[in-house]
Amino acid sequence: MPEYSIEVKSLAKKFGAFTAVDAVSFNVGRGAIFGFLGANGAGKSTTIRMLCGLLNPTSGTATVGGFDINRAPERVKTVIGYMSQKFSLYEDLTVIENIRFFGGVYGLERKAVESRMTWVLEMAGLKGRERSLTRTLSVGWKQRLALGCAILHEPQIVFLDEPTGGVDPAARRRFWELINELSERRVTVFVTTHYLDEAEYCNDIRLIHAGRIVAGGSPRELKTEYIRNPILEVASDRIVDALEVLQKEPWVLETSIFGTSLHVSVADEEEGRRLIRDRLGREGITLQRADRIMPSLEDVFIHRIEEQSRGARAAEEAP
Amino acid sequence: MKRPPFCCIRPFMKKEFRQIRRDSRSLIFMIFIPGFMLLMFGYALNFDIKHIPLAVVDQDGSRASRDLVDKFRTTEYFDLTAELGKPGQIDPLMGRETIRAALVIPPTFSEDLLAGRSPSIQVIVDGSNAMSGTTAAGYVGAILQSYSQKITLEALENRGVMGQKIPFRPEVRVWYNPELRSAKFLVPGLMAFILMVILTVSTAFSVVREKERGTMEQIMVSPVRPAELIIGKLVPYILISLASAHLVLGLGWVLFGVGIKGNYLLLLLTIVLFLVCGLGQGILISSITKTQQVAFLISVLTTFLPTFILSGFVFPVRNMPAFIQAVTYLVPAKYFLAALRAIIIKGAGLRAFWNQLLFLAGFAVLTLGLSTARLRLGGEDGRKRGRRAG
Repeated sequence: MPEYSIEVKSLAKKFGAFTAVDAVSFNVGRGAIFGFLGANGAGKSTTIRMLCGLLNPTSGTATVGGFDINRAPERVKTVIGYMSQKFSLYEDLTVIENIRFFGGVYGLERKAVESRMTWVLEMAGLKGRERSLTRTLSVGWKQRLALGCAILHEPQIVFLDEPTGGVDPAARRRFWELINELSERRVTVFVTTHYLDEAEYCNDIRLIHAGRIVAGGSPRELKTEYIRNPILEVASDRIVDALEVLQKEPWVLETSIFGTSLHVSVADEEEGRRLIRDRLGREGITLQRADRIMPSLEDVFIHRIEEQSRGARAAEEAP
Repeated sequence: MKRPPFCCIRPFMKKEFRQIRRDSRSLIFMIFIPGFMLLMFGYALNFDIKHIPLAVVDQDGSRASRDLVDKFRTTEYFDLTAELGKPGQIDPLMGRETIRAALVIPPTFSEDLLAGRSPSIQVIVDGSNAMSGTTAAGYVGAILQSYSQKITLEALENRGVMGQKIPFRPEVRVWYNPELRSAKFLVPGLMAFILMVILTVSTAFSVVREKERGTMEQIMVSPVRPAELIIGKLVPYILISLASAHLVLGLGWVLFGVGIKGNYLLLLLTIVLFLVCGLGQGILISSITKTQQVAFLISVLTTFLPTFILSGFVFPVRNMPAFIQAVTYLVPAKYFLAALRAIIIKGAGLRAFWNQLLFLAGFAVLTLGLSTARLRLGGEDGRKRGRRAG
């Protein structure tokens, strides 16, 4: 057994002049919940589609479950499950008809299909709705049924492309419980998302921006390794004004609004707190509190992207 | 994981049948529209012309002229709707389409006959519809011709020349369709036309719909082979179209009296081959389009007019310019029609049209082969080709 389920080496995809994925490399451990994070259009789906054999890479290689995606795409297809945000089930078939169809497509024997069906119905909470047309199900149900159909054949690796788009929070939470169960059974889960709170559930993460991987590691590693400067969460009555004032100060490294507070990155915690109180006081803005917080993944993401674009600008300005 | 080849055809077929059954619109489209179209076209596309309203201007009023007019009165091809006094009255009647043909017998008609001169009879035909105009002129000509022969013989007999023969008398026999009924000619053509349009459109739709809904992507990540997908889609559509083909045949027999003269099994083989062509064209179209609208447009454009105009359905191919004739080789309905007419009307055997079946099979292999290749490339990403070659 190879140590890694997925090994990617300098994988790239160009659409004409546009580079969607720019020579990315990473490995995914067996049984990992691997989070592929990025904004829409960052190259997440293109990467996943190359790994599933839906798109051919422009250059680079990858192995999935030990099979080369360029040389043995048909073999890759037998060891993976795939589910996309579009819930690709037949809406005009019933729940069990969909399960039977996908069982047949993967060449499962009738007996195997029936026993997996019981499992899927239980997992998706669809007992009693077996004969409902899929189009009448709520989005959360459809999503769990789609996952069930994608893993009927018990693949070693599951690709989930934005699986939780458009699903309510309770259903999302439930879906992540299912992903955890899969991982406990040593199934590798490769999931893309742009919900950064979901990324906390992953044990390995890559941040992708404009086709390049800008950060990687476990959530904890990302927060400690990439962000060395303390971050203060600033609460105030006039948050937008406070942002405008602080942005102009040279000692403020980075700042942005998070919900009802500001996250301000400074060189030193004590010094920073004092400077913020003084500066806001001069503007007549009351500082309610400025506590040091553990950076969130969003902080990391913004920090890395800003660093990247600063780097790009510097490179352009250099003679 | 072990996966026997072609194990996925059955699930695809089952799924396809279920989907068609639940989608009543497509079922109606595939089964009842053909019958409806046959009724429409069968009655509208009628080139048989009978009961042409005719006006007569008999300026002679003799026994001979009345005798001639009677010839027109007794045939079912003409209805004598008006007997006019002056030729000038014809124009307004024809303008209003009250009459479509007129006969003007000159005042000197009987006189000329008796004197042994050839009287001239004016025949006026409404040419605004070229098709019926030509036919009407032909009928009038034939009736006048036979009358003229009769008079010649009578005159000779009166002069005591008995047993005189006209040099020759053509004996025309029309084979296969002795009454020259256009229905016999049109029903096979309609069948080709209807099946081609309906089938191509519905197959193209069924594949493109899967692309639009994303289910195609779900299938593309599974180990299913394109051939399995295509066969699984093919079989249900062929069976349903076969049913609608029989509906058309049945209606053609009941309503237009067009029975099958030839071998039924040969007919079945021909129809199935043609259906595979229609399906192949439909799948090929769906493999190069992304939306149902575009697929519909291309399907209609590539089936409707070519099948109507270039197949020999209405207009004989051999009268077309060489360039257009070359194009007709790409119209499967052309071969189907030739074989179908041979079986239904002539009752011919395989020897008469095996080459048409060969062309049909060729077309089917070509379209299905191309679509399999397109699907293997992922369908939506044509750029993939370069890489695999390199």
